[in-house]
Amino acid sequence: MATGDGASISGAVSVAPGGEIANAANDSRRFYLTREHHPENGTLFGFWLYLMSDCLVFACLFAAYAVLGRSYAGGPTGAELFDLPLVAVNTSLLLLSSITYGFAMIEMQRGRVPGTLIWLAITGLLGAGFIGIELTEFAHLIHEGAGPGRSAFLSSFFTLVGTHGLHVTCGIIWLITLMVQTGKHGLIPENRRRLMCLSMFWHFLDVVWIGVFTFVYLMGVLP
Amino acid sequence: MSAAQHAVADHGHGGGHDGHGHGGGETHFTLRGYATGFFAAVFLTALPFWFVMGKTFGSSGITAAVILSLAAVQIVVHMIYFLHMSPKSEGGWNLLALLFTVMLVVIALSGSLWVMYHLNHNMMPDSMMNMHNMP
Repeated sequence: MATGDGASISGAVSVAPGGEIANAANDSRRFYLTREHHPENGTLFGFWLYLMSDCLVFACLFAAYAVLGRSYAGGPTGAELFDLPLVAVNTSLLLLSSITYGFAMIEMQRGRVPGTLIWLAITGLLGAGFIGIELTEFAHLIHEGAGPGRSAFLSSFFTLVGTHGLHVTCGIIWLITLMVQTGKHGLIPENRRRLMCLSMFWHFLDVVWIGVFTFVYLMGVLP
Repeated sequence: MSAAQHAVADHGHGGGHDGHGHGGGETHFTLRGYATGFFAAVFLTALPFWFVMGKTFGSSGITAAVILSLAAVQIVVHMIYFLHMSPKSEGGWNLLALLFTVMLVVIALSGSLWVMYHLNHNMMPDSMMNMHNMP
């Protein structure tokens, strides 16, 4: 590095009688090289960092459930409460909504507004179905006397699954907002960027749900 | 098959106006990528449900180990095919942030379980009795 600099300086000195032009050319080339390393947009990376911090929130809730998940306080257990076929339906709804969001992104890449909006709408409906089933499940549990106040197991269960459901609800609100914006302004760069952020958010929630259905529901019913 | 070929053909000219750069110029969304991820995810979801609901394995420990490892594989599949993670995305910073987060998650989970297990163990009624007998 040091020898390289020395060589270029000595080169510049030997050219010096030629005048300013050689120096200017040298400078502009250096300027161009430094410019190339600038990132164009940090939004997607910043959003990724947000998702990682959200991941830590879920990790804490998973840890709480891991510690308290078998503290039934004489109340109902997971094996008695969980309805696995319903959870399977819920899981498939969320998984389907992941691929329909992918279709929306493919349509976005092709620059087609109607296709993007249709796939976004289908994604939103699948997400709403997921939330509907989850709320029904919660209402059923509370009605049976297995509300969040019954035992430490149910407190941690409602907190973990409820936080995930809250995230999905926020995702649906965001999705509707972006549908309105895309319908109004088209697939402008800003809307593409927002749709890509929501894409990461939506797929991230599906990743969290893998942990929920495995760790909470499937392992909860194991004897 | 023809749909996948169509997507790949379209992908080429999609990249043309994409290279101009709207933030995530490096990610390209292909039908093939999403379909691969989706079918792998369906398989990796159906398998643990089948294991648990069909009681394939006798012991809970084996079932838990199997479904947890399937979940880990499915998370990796989602990361690659849906979240488009690669060592090169955002110049490697995405992966670095992810690895750091995974480290923190592992510490939080294993640390909580470890500490709370010993806490419960030491708070058992018989050890409480011993405490009472102590001078």
